[in-house]
Order: sequence, then C-alpha cells, then structure tokens
Amino acid sequence: MSKKDLGLLILILVVGAVVAIINPRFLLPINLANTSNLIGLFGILSIGQAFVIITGGIELSVGSVVALLGTLFIDFIAVRGLGWPIALPLILVLGAIIGLVHGWLITRLKLQPFVVTLCGLLIYRGVARFYTADGTAGFGFGQNFPELEFLTAGRSWGVPNSFIALIVIAIVMWVVLHRSVFGRYLYAIGKNEEAAKYSGIRTGRVVMAAYVICGVLTALSAIYFAMYTRSISPASHGQFYELYAIAAAVLGGFSLRGGEGSLVGVILGTVLLQELQNLVNLLGIPSSLNFAVMGGVILIGVLVDQQWGVFRARRLMLDASRKSVAAE
Amino acid sequence: MNYSDTSIAATTPFLGLENVRKTYPGVVALDGFSMEVRPGEVIGLVGENGAGKSTLMKILGGVTRPDSGTIAVDGVAHDGLTVEGSLRSGIAFVHQELNLFENLDVAANIFFGREPLRGGPLRLVDRARLRDMVAPLLKRVGANFSANTPVSALSLAQQQMVEIAKALSIKARLVILDEPTSSLPIAETDKLLDVIKALKADGISVIFISHRLHEIERVADRVVVLRDGMLAGTLPKSAINHDQMVKLMIGRMLKEREKASEAARAPGATALSAKAVRTPAYPARPVDLDVRRGEILGLAGLVGSGRTELARVFFGIDSTLGGALELDGKPVVLGSAADAVAQGIFLVPEDRKLTGILLDLSIAQNISLPNLPAHARRSLVSASTEAATAEKQKANLGIKAPSVQTRTGTLSGGNQQKVVLGKWLAMNPKVMILDEPTRGIDIGAKAEIYGLMRALADAGVAVLMISSDMEEVIGVSDRIAVMHEGQISGILDKEHFSQENVLLLAVGKKPN
Repeated sequence: MSKKDLGLLILILVVGAVVAIINPRFLLPINLANTSNLIGLFGILSIGQAFVIITGGIELSVGSVVALLGTLFIDFIAVRGLGWPIALPLILVLGAIIGLVHGWLITRLKLQPFVVTLCGLLIYRGVARFYTADGTAGFGFGQNFPELEFLTAGRSWGVPNSFIALIVIAIVMWVVLHRSVFGRYLYAIGKNEEAAKYSGIRTGRVVMAAYVICGVLTALSAIYFAMYTRSISPASHGQFYELYAIAAAVLGGFSLRGGEGSLVGVILGTVLLQELQNLVNLLGIPSSLNFAVMGGVILIGVLVDQQWGVFRARRLMLDASRKSVAAE
Repeated sequence: MNYSDTSIAATTPFLGLENVRKTYPGVVALDGFSMEVRPGEVIGLVGENGAGKSTLMKILGGVTRPDSGTIAVDGVAHDGLTVEGSLRSGIAFVHQELNLFENLDVAANIFFGREPLRGGPLRLVDRARLRDMVAPLLKRVGANFSANTPVSALSLAQQQMVEIAKALSIKARLVILDEPTSSLPIAETDKLLDVIKALKADGISVIFISHRLHEIERVADRVVVLRDGMLAGTLPKSAINHDQMVKLMIGRMLKEREKASEAARAPGATALSAKAVRTPAYPARPVDLDVRRGEILGLAGLVGSGRTELARVFFGIDSTLGGALELDGKPVVLGSAADAVAQGIFLVPEDRKLTGILLDLSIAQNISLPNLPAHARRSLVSASTEAATAEKQKANLGIKAPSVQTRTGTLSGGNQQKVVLGKWLAMNPKVMILDEPTRGIDIGAKAEIYGLMRALADAGVAVLMISSDMEEVIGVSDRIAVMHEGQISGILDKEHFSQENVLLLAVGKKPN
C-alpha cells in the first residue's frame, strides 16, 4: 500500500469514527451492510473507469450504459423469458462490444475519448428510454429468480454478496494492473504513449482492451444495480454514475493525465464516497446537499494531495542544496 | 518609412560586434568574433552545425550576454544587449520554427498583443484600423494573401512573409532570417529571396543564415563565415562563390586528421534494403539505400534533409508511401514499431526524453519494456528476471546509477542513452538505427557509445547512424550516405571520406 492509499484509509477511519460518535447507528449491522452493498456496486463500476483513466482516457457513458444494459437485462429475463444464465453473459458481451466500439473510435479513428464517450452518454440514454417507450422496466408480480437474487442482492454470513463480488474482482484486477504485462503496458502508455510505441508496444490494442474491460465491468455492475433497484426508469437510472466512478478514481490518486493510480486507491475512493453519502443521511444534513458535500471533500482531498507534493519537492530541493553547501 | 539618419548611415554601421567571446561550461561558443552590418546590407552567414551561429543569434537577441567584447548599435557600444534593448534597436528575428498562432488570422498575428483598440471599457479590437495597419506591411513583403486569411491556410513561405511583416511592424532595421528556406520548395524560396531584396531596397539590413549556399550566392552582398566560434573569413560580393564558402567553412588543415584510420572492412551481406522508398516528408523523392551486416553506415545531411523521416519508416512508425523494404533479401511490411521490433529492427530515437525512454519508469522497467513477455511467467511480470536482464545491461554498458530500480529521469543524458541502447541490446538486433546517438552527451560517454556501435557491427549487426556531427560521421562510419532534400545524394567509401565531400553532397553538389 502506498503512502497515498494509507492516507486515504486513515481519512476513511477518522471520518467513520467521527460519524459513529455523533450517530452510533452508523455501526449498526444493517447500516454497514447497506453501505457495503453500495460500495460493491459502485466499486465494480469504478474499477472499470480506473482502467480507462490510467491510459489517459475517460469514459463518460458509464451511467447511460448502466441504464441501457440494466433495462435490457430485466427485459430479457422478466418479459422475454430468457434464462438468466444466458442473459447475464449476453449483457456482459454487449458491454464488451460497447467498450470495443469506443476503443476503436479512439485508437483507430483518433477521436478524443471525452467526445466519443460523451456521445455514448447521450445515445445509450436515448436508446434505453426509447426501448421501454419511456416506461419502467421491472419484474412482474411474484416473479422470482432465487439463485440470481442470492448472487446479486443476497448475503453470505451477513456480508452482501455484491461486496464479496467486488473483493474478488478487485483481487483479480489488482493482479492484472500491478503484476501483469498488460498492466505494465497500461502504465507505460499512460505515462508516455509515444515512448511506449517506440518500444514496440501495440498501444492501440492495449488502449482498446482497457475500454473493453471498462465495458464488461460496467455491464456487470448494471446487472447488480438492476437487481438492487428491481425496477428501472431509464430516464433517471444510473444518472451521474460516471461521475461517481471518476470521483472515486481521482480520490484514489489517479491522474486524469494517465499513468498514475492504484487499484487499492480506487477502492478506497469508492469507500470514502459511500461513507460520505451515509454521513449525509445519518447526520441529518439535508440530502439536497449530498453532491455539495461530495464535491467539497474531493476538492479538499485533491488540493491537500497536490500541496503535499509541492511541499515535498521543495523540501527535497532544500535538502539537496544544503548537502551541496556542506560539501563545499 | 524613412529614417532621419539614413544619410549618415552609409558610413556608420548599424551594428558592430567587436571581439565578442562567449563560453559555456566546456565549450568556447564564440571566440573573439567581430563583424559589422551596414544599413541596407544583406549578409549571408554560413557555418557548419555547431560553428557558433545560434550563440551569435542569442547574443543579438539579448537572450544571453557575451563574456567579453562589445556590441555597438548606431555606433554606441554596449557590453551586451537585453531582449528589450534588442527590440528597441530594431533587431527582429524570423526563426526556423515559426512562432505564429495558426488558429488566428494574419492581421491578428502581426499585431498580437499590440492590437489597436476602440476605446471604452470593453477593450474591443478596432478591426478596421487593424486592417489598415496591416495592408501596407503585407504589400511591402509582396504578399498575395489578405489580412484576414487564417494562418493555417497559408503555405510555409507565406507564413514566413507574415513573420517578416511582423518584424517590419515593429520598425525593424535589421531582420535576421534563420534558415528560412530549409523547409521551402524552390518556387517558394524565390518569393522569399524577392522579399529580402525588397527589404534591402528599403534600407533595412538583413542577416541571412542558410545552409543552401546557392541562395546565399544570389542575394548576399557579403558573406561572413563562422568556424569553431571564430570568424573564418568574409567574402565581398565579387568573391562570393560556392567553393570559397565551403573552403572557409571547413578550413584547410582538417583533412589530414580524418583520414581513414583503419583499412576498409570487407562488406557483409545486405541486411536492410530500401527500394525506392518514399517518406511522408518528401513524397516525390524515392530513396534507395542498403545497410550491410557488420558495417556502420553513417547517414549525413543537413537538418531537414529527411534523415529522421527515413529512420521512422525503417522503424515502422510511418508507413512508406511507395517502394519496398527488404530484410535479408526478403520483403518486409512494417505497419508499426511493434512489427519492426519483431523483425529485429531497432531504433534509438533522436528525442531521448520524448520517445527513447519513459522517464518515470526505472532502468529495469525501461529495459524490459520492448520484450516484456519474455520477462513474465504466465503473463505476470517477474521482477527478478527483469532485474537480472537490467543488471546485465548495466554492467555491460557501464550505466552509472545506484541500482537498476533507479528512475531513469534522474540519470544523466549519457546514462539515459545507455538505457535506450540497453533495452535493444538485451534483445537480438539485426539492424540498429541510431538517430543522433551522442547529442547532448559528454565526451566520455560519447566514446563509450562509439565503442558499443563498433562492437555491434563486429557482431554482425547492421548499424545505421544518423548524425549531424561531421567528425563523428567521418570518425565512426565505414561508409557514409549523404541525404539532400529527401534523396541520397551520394555514398562515400572510406577512401573518399572528407568533410568537404560530405558537405558538397549535403548541399547537393558533386564530391571531388
């Protein structure tokens, strides 16, 4: 764990302690379970975003994809009677295709990631609303999918299975990002794409793969969100989720210029964001201030981090100059 | 435009440099240099790369001060100029790289930061007045475009006219053109030379720096030749000719020293062969070139002659616009650098920090990067294998660093260059292309890199070295290919090596 991640963890624990002292309900099993469920859902989403951000890109269509694929998933199993063991992989494949198209437009046709995914944000939202004719997609009365519901919204030993899923995915993706050849390529491209290319790396393919990973993880979280809310109104479902994901990555130490950030960081970022949401509820802060609290904390966090970096650089320089004076 | 002092100007030089000396750590850039510029005089300034031209420009622009000597403007002597002082005296520069805002129009560029305002709190630009101010300037430079043309729509020569108009707008009395024609096609060059003549007719002095000696022959009233920071000689108008300039540029005594030190080697089989390859930089000029195994082929030529572009094609970064590449006699298609690397064609690029290495990664991570799968087990990177490869290269190349985990950004230029070499040496090079391999590297490291190149050649690798350093090209190469405006103008064998021959080929003439 890097110093940055450690600082974030301490912040999470301090905020948690303060909230628990003011309102002991924070530590009730039901509250912790609910919060960790949300951490699971948003965490899966944020890991996907992190893979794109590490390349210096951005994926803005995440919230709309959650709406579109969630709608499709419920429609497939509730209306069209497709078995969920078929519908689930199908949705993941659709997520992969969306990622592939984005990656292709960005690496082959040289469009800017912001533009491509902004268009995606608009398109998928529109398609989702059109698909249900602006209605709500939901399950019929008495419709049950016991295994699916257990895997998505159920609990094991009191821990939400969505949270367990996040832990499993996080471990796998940690290995991919921090130990694999592919992960090294991602960092190299994020730091300096030109130099990576001159080292013989097929940078286009690597970047495309990052968008595919993001698409698949977003699709998976779309299923989790759908099973959590159980009914989806495509006009608002998943709105701003891309911003939650980007915020988690930025809080977790990712640079939007690329090449910086760790998997532990983005998970801790997600935890902090959900903790803040919980804090707003528990401390009786008007929920209308929800976004303002989140924005304020992210701003302060980034500011402290940046100022700390400046301070450290200055101290290093002072040390060096002192040493050289002593040498003379 | 009229200047009240033009009557006396005929006798007083506008600018006079006296015994100017400037040293940088380890180099004497200018050594007792003197020259003068009279009003309305066009001076051709020539010299090889590194002769001291850029230092001279920096001193005239007020960017740097000489260590000793004086600079007189209108007969008033100064120890050195400031940037403002240079501007106020009416010295204007048109640099090789133009400083224009491509997204703005011509008028906005010429008066950028000095726009006429309409008054009032909104500080609106008075567009009508701006146009009126720009029109006569454009007319003076003979522009065939209007003031509201976006700069991005102009050709290079037209953009240079905008720069010159900008110079005139600050009432320039001396315009210094630094290699203005190096990237211009011939027809455009003629236009620019006409502008120079028009400036002269207006009584404005011009210093024209160029590698294209025939252009100097056409416009210069006097030629000043710089060599090793010293005035190698001046040629009056009657004596300006090509041979005289070349003779002064390289000096007489040099020839003995760079005689071939070793006997010519027996050439190996052709490794990389370009057959009528056309690069994006010079699409109309096919290049034929063979690089043989076991030789160091020097690729000389002036800046902008298309050498780096050729290297980019050999390394798969740019695709060929025509022609074919062959490796060991078999045709190869290189769609990307990855393809070239897979074939054993490696490039040590010109811009080390931008494309050679990743400054934020460690030495070990940089060295393993092109061959990472070989340093991994089940696609997980093995830090120990990686470190072992890096340790080997560190010892082999003598990379000076605390450990292979050191960030490459903290290393000196020479050691960074060794890291770039190390990542390719750790694989099996067939063809090694080095683009200005010793630029910005101290002398000790230079010698080591020469030794490494020779060792590679001795091991049967085909080495292609692009270099603008004449001594390096002559001292290191087994054969020298010279490029001129996108084409190979000639290939010299060891017995014909001389600075004069390389320079003649580089400017498109026949060698002796």
